[in-house]
Amino acid sequence: MAIDIYDFTGMTSAIHESLSAVLSPAATTIVEMTIIGIVFILFYALVGLFLVYAERKVCAFIQCRLGPRRVGPRGIFQTIADFIKLLMKELLMTKNADKFLFNLAPFIVIIASFMAIGAMPFAKGLHALDFDIGILYVLAVSGIGVIGILLAGWSSNNKYSLIGALRSGAQIVSYELSVGMALMTIIIFAGSMQLSEIVASQANGWWLFKGHIPAIIAFVIFMIASTAETNRGPFDLAEAESELVAGFHTEYSGIKFAFFFLAEYMNMFVVAAFGATVFLGAWMPFHISEMIPYAEYFNMGMDFIPGFIWFFGKTGMLILLMMWFKWTFPRLRIDQLLTLEWKYLLPINLVNIVITAFFVLTGFHF
Amino acid sequence: MTIFMFYLMAAIIIVFSIMSVTSRRILRAAVYLLFALLGTAAIYFMMEYFFLAAVQLTLYAGGIVVLIVFSILLTGRIEQKFEPTEARKALATLAAVGVGLGVTLYTILKHPFVGNGQAATEVNMRVIGKTFLNYGDHGYILPFEVISILLLAAMVGAIIIAKKQINN
Repeated sequence: MAIDIYDFTGMTSAIHESLSAVLSPAATTIVEMTIIGIVFILFYALVGLFLVYAERKVCAFIQCRLGPRRVGPRGIFQTIADFIKLLMKELLMTKNADKFLFNLAPFIVIIASFMAIGAMPFAKGLHALDFDIGILYVLAVSGIGVIGILLAGWSSNNKYSLIGALRSGAQIVSYELSVGMALMTIIIFAGSMQLSEIVASQANGWWLFKGHIPAIIAFVIFMIASTAETNRGPFDLAEAESELVAGFHTEYSGIKFAFFFLAEYMNMFVVAAFGATVFLGAWMPFHISEMIPYAEYFNMGMDFIPGFIWFFGKTGMLILLMMWFKWTFPRLRIDQLLTLEWKYLLPINLVNIVITAFFVLTGFHF
Repeated sequence: MTIFMFYLMAAIIIVFSIMSVTSRRILRAAVYLLFALLGTAAIYFMMEYFFLAAVQLTLYAGGIVVLIVFSILLTGRIEQKFEPTEARKALATLAAVGVGLGVTLYTILKHPFVGNGQAATEVNMRVIGKTFLNYGDHGYILPFEVISILLLAAMVGAIIIAKKQINN
């Protein structure tokens, strides 16, 4: 079985064939699902640990500090040490809390982000879930996470948790609208909601460049709204530590707190990967127009870089952008937050969709 | 395997539906309702009707349950428990449910369901969109627009009710 780093279709079908040669169809499905599940759990843990480390380093760089540097070379084992500490900590339970909901809430949050990750096209042929309604699926499953946050706030039986959960709920429900509408622009351009088709439509240029001004406006709105949806700064007033202790996860400790923490970072990854897929062509290399002289040599050079490097490179860029937001802008108040969404982003978005439809009808885009 | 998954999902839906109406804690009832709705979405996914499954997830699980939970968070208290119902009321409810279940089961079991032998048609997004905005035969543009106006009117009404009166 030769491993082709440009196209994984051969590898996945070879695994499928060798499994179905030995096992019955039902057993094959179960084994394949188990393999994919384990791969995603490992991926989830690794990316989560790396992102926590990256955030601390980026934050330190922006604030002219050094960041973690004691555990391992340049502190790369710091998050692993932190994680072991969290695993061994005592799980506290507040008096009069609703125990069932209190324990359930972190799982709802983490399952929602886990389901969304399955739909990401990591490289050509490396795509676990490819529905006809891909974009709608990702929006639908990531929308379930808010229930976990609301339940966590309620079941802690703590006024800070409850206020944090209410703020977070209002924020996520409003900004979901903007995320969906910004993606609508690209759905109109690509003529499909299937993620693999959207990626394929960007073979001759990414939608951010092909779609003129509407795509750029949609991209900016998407980045703002999805930063708000992940409850990250400057929209982190759900866990504003100066006023609400720690918001909805005040009462959580140990591994249950780690679940919320990990889910927040994974949501950031999901959002960045989703933005990279829809606006920047996922694993598609950067190509320039054939009209420019020597363009074919440039494009060949770009094709030489494997798809998964493109995917993680683009995702990493967007994650860096989101971290930059967090450590640059001051936190918004709740009224400013809702004004931004309902009075600015939503009307701009609606007008943008009409302009996009006009562009597509007249064939003005590339 | 499909049959096994179907029975599993059906069992989840039934169990959580019953728990949702019998639970004496209001937020737990809402969470059980969420699980019942997720089970329904899973059955749509099994039928490969992805659009309806995603709509079920966004509208019911992500929209309506969030709305219910939100209103409970604003009004209820965590110690609050409903009183157990009186035996007379419980019996009356049980009788009504029993009659309803009997009628439904009788009708379903009596009706001979005959497959028409056609292959399952794929319902994709494009077909749904085009049918909604089609003004020819089998088009639904009139009901679609009427519902849109109704929803707009409802939204405007909700904003007017929620708006604070400014008295100067």
